Amino acid sequence: MDWYPLINSLRVAAVSATLVFFLGIWFADVVARLPRVVKGVLDVVLTLPLVLPPTVVGYLLLILLGPRRPIGAWLLDNLSLRLTMVWYAAIFASVVVSFPLMYRTARGAFESFDQTLADAAHTLGRSDAWVFWRVKLPCCRQGIMAGVVLAFARALGEYGATSMVCGYTPGSTATVSTTVYQLWRTGDDAGALAWVLVNLAISAVVLLAVNLMERREREFAVVGRWS
Amino acid sequence: MSLLVDVRKRLGGFSLDVAFELERPHEVVALLGASGCGKSLTLKCIAGIMRPDEGRIVLDDRVLFDSEAGIDLPAQQRRVGYLFQSYALFPNMSVEQNVMAAIRAGSRQERRKRARRELEALHVGELAARRPRELSGGQQQRCAMARIFASDPELLLLDEPFSALDGYLRWQLELELADTLRRFPGGVVYVSHNRDEVYRMCDGVCVVSDGRSGPKMGMRELFEAPRSLAAALISGCKNVSPVSALPDGSLRCETWGVTLFCEVPFGLDVTHVGIRAHYLHMGEGENRIPCVVDRIIDSSFSTIVMLRTPAGGLLRYECEKDAWEGLEAGESCVVHVARRDVLPLGEGGAR
Repeated sequence: MDWYPLINSLRVAAVSATLVFFLGIWFADVVARLPRVVKGVLDVVLTLPLVLPPTVVGYLLLILLGPRRPIGAWLLDNLSLRLTMVWYAAIFASVVVSFPLMYRTARGAFESFDQTLADAAHTLGRSDAWVFWRVKLPCCRQGIMAGVVLAFARALGEYGATSMVCGYTPGSTATVSTTVYQLWRTGDDAGALAWVLVNLAISAVVLLAVNLMERREREFAVVGRWS
Repeated sequence: MSLLVDVRKRLGGFSLDVAFELERPHEVVALLGASGCGKSLTLKCIAGIMRPDEGRIVLDDRVLFDSEAGIDLPAQQRRVGYLFQSYALFPNMSVEQNVMAAIRAGSRQERRKRARRELEALHVGELAARRPRELSGGQQQRCAMARIFASDPELLLLDEPFSALDGYLRWQLELELADTLRRFPGGVVYVSHNRDEVYRMCDGVCVVSDGRSGPKMGMRELFEAPRSLAAALISGCKNVSPVSALPDGSLRCETWGVTLFCEVPFGLDVTHVGIRAHYLHMGEGENRIPCVVDRIIDSSFSTIVMLRTPAGGLLRYECEKDAWEGLEAGESCVVHVARRDVLPLGEGGAR
């Protein structure tokens, strides 16, 4: 069995989860502090990919990055960089699709953050950046971790937008989910089943990891309280 | 050490208009008022957490805020220590890391040493490795104070420092905090709604009522001769009535239906009188008020008697437990009050 689709899927998901982590917490922090009207509008825009069909996301990405569109054409002419039908094109698709999951969970976590902690840090001479990285993020780490895991899992399972911007090229753009579809479409039921099992195993591991993380958090909290 | 505060701010339907000064080193001034009167908002303006609409805040010779000159020093540069009601220790750090967070200069080793020293000074050195959630309320308060001192503040702002504690512990901590404040060379602004606590801890007091501050006065003045209705109520005066001045210099009390003379001279702005519950005396005398006993309430150390006056309003009379003459509800009696114990009061706003 050729393991390329698994490796490709994992690297795409890892890169996009990392990107989404920074983008998500940055937007969540900034949007929470905006005036109400702007916040409402941005909130809708940033959450849209969550409810849009992935094919719509894929279509919009092709309009933006396609080789005959301004951005895609400019990059192709000047840097010989293709943004579609290459393995890393899947990163664009999964970043857009999994971003709302990170953004929403991070924003929820930040909203329950006690603002007096930030005020206290400011009166002690600490900057906004210090508060963010040293107090706010650690205090909200449970929500942030949940967001990262969800975003990673969503990126791993991404199919619709990915198949539109990358297509399916064995050994190049093939991911686990596109491989399942391709093998099933070409009548290779056994091959499809193998990848379905791989998918199930990965999902189980991810969910198990989330549960373990939550339990450790709980045990730590209880031990902390009574020691 | 001096602090000048004169700020105004609108916040939704609430408007804040507060002015007071600290002039001496070690001076502890209380902002006393009911919850929601704007005391904490005032502290936030001084600390730089909240921006006033207009006014001036000057600490020694440093202008912290001046709307006309366009000066608004960020909280980080004000050197103002703020003890929050919840103490606001960072829950993700140990006590020692919390205190170290307030120290900017020096190597890690030096900062740790300094943090230890501040914790030892408040007798919580052994808690250095603990997390805030493992501490009692009193321990949290001491650690928060150590953290504030580690930031070398020139002014302390204390927001209801004992509201999270109760009973015996509270008393113990009050004594400790009083010692700590005495050692602090700068000024202290102390926010509270508890008049007894303020009486014990502070040198001067500003009554804040509905966003407006009254003049700074001494503790004795607040309790013996409050000038405004708000000051009288917050100082624990239980009986107040709107009045109209009569030509013979007496005051007609609407609520009680009697006319009282008062020794303290008053101006045209007098709108109310106040009588403290334990300054009413049973029996005939000047300023007599005929009453009917309405109900008798047994309190922990005193007896409280509600008396129905001729106009129907109730008067509250208090005496030592043993001193009550044993009248039953429904019986008639006469109380009187000395002229010097009738407090003439100005209208609502504490100014």
